[in-house]
Amino acid sequence: MSISYKKISQIIGPLVYLKNNHDVQYGEIVKIHINDGEVRTGEVIKMDEDVVMIEVFEETRGLSAENSEIFFSNDTFKVKISKDMLGGVFNSLGQPIDIHTRKVLSSDVLADVKRDINGSPINPFAREYPQDIIQTGLSVIDGLFTLVRGQKLPIFSGQGMPHNDLAAQIVTQAQVMKKEPFLIIFCGIGIIHDEAISFIDKFQKSGNIQNIVSFINFADDPVMERLMIPNVALTTAEYFAFEQNMHVLVVLIDMTNYAEALRELSAAKEEIPSRKGYPGHMYSDFARIFERSGMIKNHTGSITQIPILTMPNDDISHPIPDTTGYITDGQLVLDRDLNKKEIYPPFEILASISRLMKDAIGADTTRSDHADLSSQLISSYSNALDVRDLISIVGEDSLTMGERSLLRFADAFENKFLNQKINENRSFDETFKRAWEVLSKLPRNRLNRIHQKFIDKNYNRGV
Amino acid sequence: MTESNNNNIGFISGINGSLINIKGIETKVRLHDLIKVNKHNIIGEVIQIYSDFVVAQCFENTNNLKLKQKILYLDNPLSMELGPGLLSNVFDGIQRPLEKIFQEDETGFIERGIELPSLSREKKWKFTPLMEVNQIVSGGNVVGKVQETQSITHYIMVPPNINGKITYIVKEGEFAIDEEIYRISNGEVEKSYDMIQKWSTTRSRPFHKRLVPNEPLITGQRVIDLLFPIAKGGTVAVPGGFGTGKTVTQQAIAKWCDADVIVFVSCGERGNEVADVLRQFAELTDPRTNRPLLERIVLIANTSNMPVSARESSIFSGITIAEYYRDMGYHVALQADSTSRWAEALREISGLLEEMPAEGGYPAYLPSRLSSFYERAGIIETIGNDGKKNNNIGSLTVLGSVSPPAGDFSEPVTSNTKRFVQTFWALDAELAYQKHYPAINWLDSYSNYPQYIKNWWKTFNLNWDEINLNWQECRNMMNVILSSENELKNMTQLVGEENLPENQQLDLFTANLMKESILIQNAFDDTDNFTTPTKLLAMIQLILLLYKEGKQLLEEGFIIKDIKDLEIIAKIQRIKNSIPNEDIDEIERIKDKLLNEINSLRRSYRVIR
Ligand SMILES: Nc1ncnc2c1ncn2[C@@H]1O[C@H](COP(=O)(O)OP(=O)(O)OP(=O)(O)O)[C@@H](O)[C@H]1O
Ligand SMILES: [Mg+2]
Repeated sequence: MSISYKKISQIIGPLVYLKNNHDVQYGEIVKIHINDGEVRTGEVIKMDEDVVMIEVFEETRGLSAENSEIFFSNDTFKVKISKDMLGGVFNSLGQPIDIHTRKVLSSDVLADVKRDINGSPINPFAREYPQDIIQTGLSVIDGLFTLVRGQKLPIFSGQGMPHNDLAAQIVTQAQVMKKEPFLIIFCGIGIIHDEAISFIDKFQKSGNIQNIVSFINFADDPVMERLMIPNVALTTAEYFAFEQNMHVLVVLIDMTNYAEALRELSAAKEEIPSRKGYPGHMYSDFARIFERSGMIKNHTGSITQIPILTMPNDDISHPIPDTTGYITDGQLVLDRDLNKKEIYPPFEILASISRLMKDAIGADTTRSDHADLSSQLISSYSNALDVRDLISIVGEDSLTMGERSLLRFADAFENKFLNQKINENRSFDETFKRAWEVLSKLPRNRLNRIHQKFIDKNYNRGV
Repeated sequence: MTESNNNNIGFISGINGSLINIKGIETKVRLHDLIKVNKHNIIGEVIQIYSDFVVAQCFENTNNLKLKQKILYLDNPLSMELGPGLLSNVFDGIQRPLEKIFQEDETGFIERGIELPSLSREKKWKFTPLMEVNQIVSGGNVVGKVQETQSITHYIMVPPNINGKITYIVKEGEFAIDEEIYRISNGEVEKSYDMIQKWSTTRSRPFHKRLVPNEPLITGQRVIDLLFPIAKGGTVAVPGGFGTGKTVTQQAIAKWCDADVIVFVSCGERGNEVADVLRQFAELTDPRTNRPLLERIVLIANTSNMPVSARESSIFSGITIAEYYRDMGYHVALQADSTSRWAEALREISGLLEEMPAEGGYPAYLPSRLSSFYERAGIIETIGNDGKKNNNIGSLTVLGSVSPPAGDFSEPVTSNTKRFVQTFWALDAELAYQKHYPAINWLDSYSNYPQYIKNWWKTFNLNWDEINLNWQECRNMMNVILSSENELKNMTQLVGEENLPENQQLDLFTANLMKESILIQNAFDDTDNFTTPTKLLAMIQLILLLYKEGKQLLEEGFIIKDIKDLEIIAKIQRIKNSIPNEDIDEIERIKDKLLNEINSLRRSYRVIR
């Protein structure tokens, strides 16, 4: 932190322009000192021989050409990381905060390392194909859409749906199957203060807080910080996964707020908008976040991501979920009708998929009948939904026996398998037991996707 | 690359994202030539030239760069290094060797500024000369060969546009690719050649003449080979929303198609998918050679988180490598997943340049760039054809995935691609939702190749007595039945299937059987994943035989239920995943059983009467 510089020539939105007569680095971090003692941070995003353009992380309100002094740091943005972070709560810049007052704590992180938050891309050749699992304790995920270590599996939700409960439940319940070091990073993006307090409170009560590192960006924090926080969280995740050999699960909520911030900044920069005003580079921006997951050859750690987003107007073709689905390894979609029926978690089964599941489940990790079970549950439920539609055309009376059994199956599936309490943590065995229980509502010969040996062993058990 | 010459040095005068302005070299650079940021070892490509500066796009991020930093002008465009060592290898969009990079940097990340030769200079290859001193040669002639992998012989060719007399050629022996192999004199100067050719990615490699496609690229995917076939040297687009099956389809084709060499470009997509391809291709064996599939593939991986400008280069890098193997007389398939990510890279760079956008924010030159990609496909007579060898025909088939936002095919990349391809496999989100994979919609897809390849199929004949249709006839009948189903769809919903006339119910029943037994194909099932032409013809003819007999039965007064209740139908549905490709006799037995069941149906009916 050396040279100071005074003359701001223009301020437009989050952007500050200076005359360039300083030896600036591209991407360099600047500190803006305002008369009243306040300090803001910015980054050099464009420069030529005349002008330097700086994007200010915090807001530019209150800045003027007169009252501000700019200091160049001679470096790009780096976050401090340390093993002491476990159990702590941090802001978008990686500083420890008090969740109730939002104030930065005086006890700054004693850094083990400092890392550039943009990271470097993982060498595709160095990637290990993910083939082991994480248990969430939720039947619908573990049973039908198993989460795989190294996967990025988003949840598409909507306003007013229980994604906060789901996020908290996953954070507090998730575990790896063998006794390997496991860490959860919770990254709140643009969430309101009450929600943030409630999250941290739940984490503390779970007794699991020592395995959780939380990063919180509040809804009224500056736009630029919203864009930084996922990368701050993921830089931290990379350190623990690939240098400390831990399995790290990162939950990001709500990516919709991140996208809104992107759009806002893009408009300020007068970029050419793509669909619905979102910038054309949103795909690359999302990808640079989501691709920071996976496994690396000769490393034992992993990064798994669950990004959660709210679909504007429940529209899955909206650019935010659409762009996400094009990058992630599947998606979990929440369904408003099931939510109205008070089924929790209200998963839209047919729209959801875990693309990496097929190579990761089975006798070695879960159970030998897992693949058959999940395929049968999904296909029978799909048939049952067709029957429900049929009732509205032909009426219930003209249904065949087979169709009636499908309806009974679907009710049982929704109530006994899907439905679960927000603090109910089910083991894989419990999930499979329930799966067989609801499948036993169907005649044996309708289980065409399950190998006979499994049917012989499990059908009608426990009913 | 001349680095020492002082005239080739400039300096940075501006930075904007991946773009840098450079002063000092504007009078001599050519468009698309490369530059290097000296201090950080970052390569860039010149994309605009003004009177007092030039603009270059850097292939890596520009953080920490400063104004006035030294720039070297490399005096060459982005070129591929072509020679032994390409196969089984993985490169990024500008042909940096990713396996080698991992050996150098075991953290598994790609740090900026790594500089390594694309192809190994250490590895020795056994070179066998096929020419002698004093022979007159020209571009494309084969001077010798190297067994690059056990499946593929790599022919060492005279670079295009070179001719003269061989004045020296090594004897059989072990050589690194940069060692001298032969010399050619054009009467005035003698030049020395090794096994490396360099070729700019933006220029297509020359060929003697273009031929008319006449042979299918057999993919082993039933809906494709039967309904929407592709010719060797053809072009196809695979558009579809997320999760509709583009990647799985492309991978299935890369695994099973009957091309000799595959160049697979993972362009702006997932790292985990690249790991998946590497893993699967190392494990799987090529049914034709019994060697690991990895031996016939070149992988270009510029995943979505890697630099955007290298993503833009990746598909042209891939097609240049593909053309090189085509020139050896091979059938090559280039698969680009996804071309939309390439187009978006183009759009991002165009945006930084503040160019006037056309539709969807894409630059106005999007269509011309797309056509310059697909136009490099074709079946050709090579320039190396010296009338002696018979492997003088090569082909390059191009298969591009398209990822339209919201699955809307009217968007610019899909609609422009449609103008330049001959085959269109429209992936349908509704089918994918129903788990009907491959989700190729049989009403919206098309292929212009059947007329070119129908004669090829005539060599396949099962010689069944009861039904003997050729490929073309099978297609036609299948199309008639499927479109009949489509026309009946509304009616069915209104009145219910059982209230339709019996013969229409037979159409519906047959169409469903076709979907379940033929169109739906599980890429992950060990038997279902690949169907040979013979098995395919047997499967479709069996269903058409059932259809024909069914019509007959209805005329005789039987009802549709009699047909649906035939026991053999369950067997027919399972042929795809229960009977291996080799076991055509088993299908024939099912056919005989079908006829038996129908006959006993008739007999029992007579008894009742
Ligand atoms: N032929 C098939 N057989 C079985 N499953 C399939 C098949 N095709 C697709 N799938 C299923 O659909 C999922 C998504 O397919 P795929 O990855 O090919 O989609 P995509 O079109 O490439 O999507 P994106 O645009 O997001 O990359 C697969 O993980 C697999 O579960
Ligand atoms: Mg894909």
